[in-house]
Amino acid sequence: MVRTTVIRKNRYFDSVFLMLAARRIKAQPGIADASALLATAANREVLAAMGYGGAELAGAGPGDLVLALEGEEAAVAAIAADPEAWLSRGSGPGPGAAPEPRSFTEAVAARPACSVAVISVPGAFAAREARAALREGLNVFLFSSNVSVADERSLKLEARERGLIVMGPDCGTAFLCGAGIGFANAVRRGPIGMVGSTGTGMQEFSSLAHQAGSGISNGIGTGSRDLADAVGGISTMAGIEALENDPGTQVIAVLAKPPEPAATARLVARLGRCRKPVVLCLLGAEVQGTGRIRTAATIDEAVALALVAAGAEPSAQLRPDDRAMGEQAALLAGQLRPEQRHIRGLFAGGTLCYQSQAVFRKAGLVLRANSPLRGMLELPDPRVSRGSCFVDLGAELFVEGRPHPMIDATLRGQRLEQEGQDPTVAVILLDFILGAMASRDPVGDLLGAIGGVQDAARRRGGRILLVASVTGTGDDAQGLQAQTRALVEAGVLVLPSNAQAAAFCREIMLRIAQRKEVD
Amino acid sequence: MPIPFEQLLQGRPVFVNVGVRGFGDSLDEAGFEVIHLDWSPPAGGDARMAELLDDLL
Repeated sequence: MVRTTVIRKNRYFDSVFLMLAARRIKAQPGIADASALLATAANREVLAAMGYGGAELAGAGPGDLVLALEGEEAAVAAIAADPEAWLSRGSGPGPGAAPEPRSFTEAVAARPACSVAVISVPGAFAAREARAALREGLNVFLFSSNVSVADERSLKLEARERGLIVMGPDCGTAFLCGAGIGFANAVRRGPIGMVGSTGTGMQEFSSLAHQAGSGISNGIGTGSRDLADAVGGISTMAGIEALENDPGTQVIAVLAKPPEPAATARLVARLGRCRKPVVLCLLGAEVQGTGRIRTAATIDEAVALALVAAGAEPSAQLRPDDRAMGEQAALLAGQLRPEQRHIRGLFAGGTLCYQSQAVFRKAGLVLRANSPLRGMLELPDPRVSRGSCFVDLGAELFVEGRPHPMIDATLRGQRLEQEGQDPTVAVILLDFILGAMASRDPVGDLLGAIGGVQDAARRRGGRILLVASVTGTGDDAQGLQAQTRALVEAGVLVLPSNAQAAAFCREIMLRIAQRKEVD
Repeated sequence: MPIPFEQLLQGRPVFVNVGVRGFGDSLDEAGFEVIHLDWSPPAGGDARMAELLDDLL
């Protein structure tokens, strides 16, 4: 086995292309492991931790590409001798195509109708590109994270000045006139407008609205920090105002993790003046609805309220049968071994991790999390599960130097197999998120690990209950029905939404707690 | 010609994508017009140097 790095100076590729290139290399005979990364400081640390070193790597910068290869000498040498062969497919215009513009100025000159910049360059350059886009009169969808709060505020103020908006930084999802931007599901257009600081929350909301026969007029992403006092909710307010004036929007749903109390008060005051019915879902916060504002504790409730406000019937799947759920939970809890008393939640969607905590907290159940809701405990090392815990695998710690778990299931699969080895685990809660940019087969990516968990539990003479939800629609490329069926066939209990999957797990855990008390 | 945000919600957006190519490709697959920028980190990837150069321009 040998290990080597190949550096290509001043070669930029996006992280998804690099992940796919690394996968193709890794699949070659004789290659044990391969990474393709830009030599940012964080990525150089990741490579050092993996045992790669040398002066050339130490001297590489964030504009340089590193191929890190491990395997049999001949196989590694073959790749290292012709790295371009692995970097030439799929990124860039096709042969014979016109050269692409190199700046927003060139793009707008070539096509004056351009109206939205979609920016996902590395964080260090994101504010610079966003500013350039605004100055060319473009609205901005800014997926990049690691943009300073000061830059975020100044970009948003400049956008407001110009009558434009900055959705982001750290904005995962938006819908503009039927275009799903970023991580978005294939949903029909309809009467519900969304403003949200949570990408996966907007995906769950829009998918459930679509499944209920309704749809989304426009969905304005704001970026995760927009409501923080330092930013001032500039994009949230712009989004609310735009939807208020949008004739296609009958009801406005605002989705966010709970902001600071002053920001919540400002938001509620603004929504109180809204001319259209409003549904407010601040996950984990208790806010009183007043006037035209209806408040929802979960995304399911928010969808049900929005449907009613738009004159539609909430679908049956948004009204779960609590009694039947409780009975099934009791039955399943009764089948577990006495030492099985913990739940582990492994989430790709940060907001779904948050919402699941809120569902547990409602019943007074406390657990650990790497992004704990008020009243929950901090998981000291998110890489190691302890007791009952929920882990957001999209947290910075886990995505440093690798793609998000919605794209790359490797880490979640490994973690899932680890949980299977723990005899105290009773229940594992999972989320699967479909749609554009997500893995082409999110369920298939984890079926091996799911089988591993079941085998490990079986060897101990019992079973681990696997509970999941799938966020998406039948029109997503992955197919909601096909993904759900694959889970059911693998023995996973699938519920129609994350909130219901969490509620089902909560019922099982309550029965387990009662069993302990009886013992 | 800038298209103010509120007007944007009434028309058909035209996108300029920079960074992860897949973001533009999914909009393109959904039937929207997308222009990709040929982007590489300015100043050889040195963000501070890029800022200094910006200040000179």
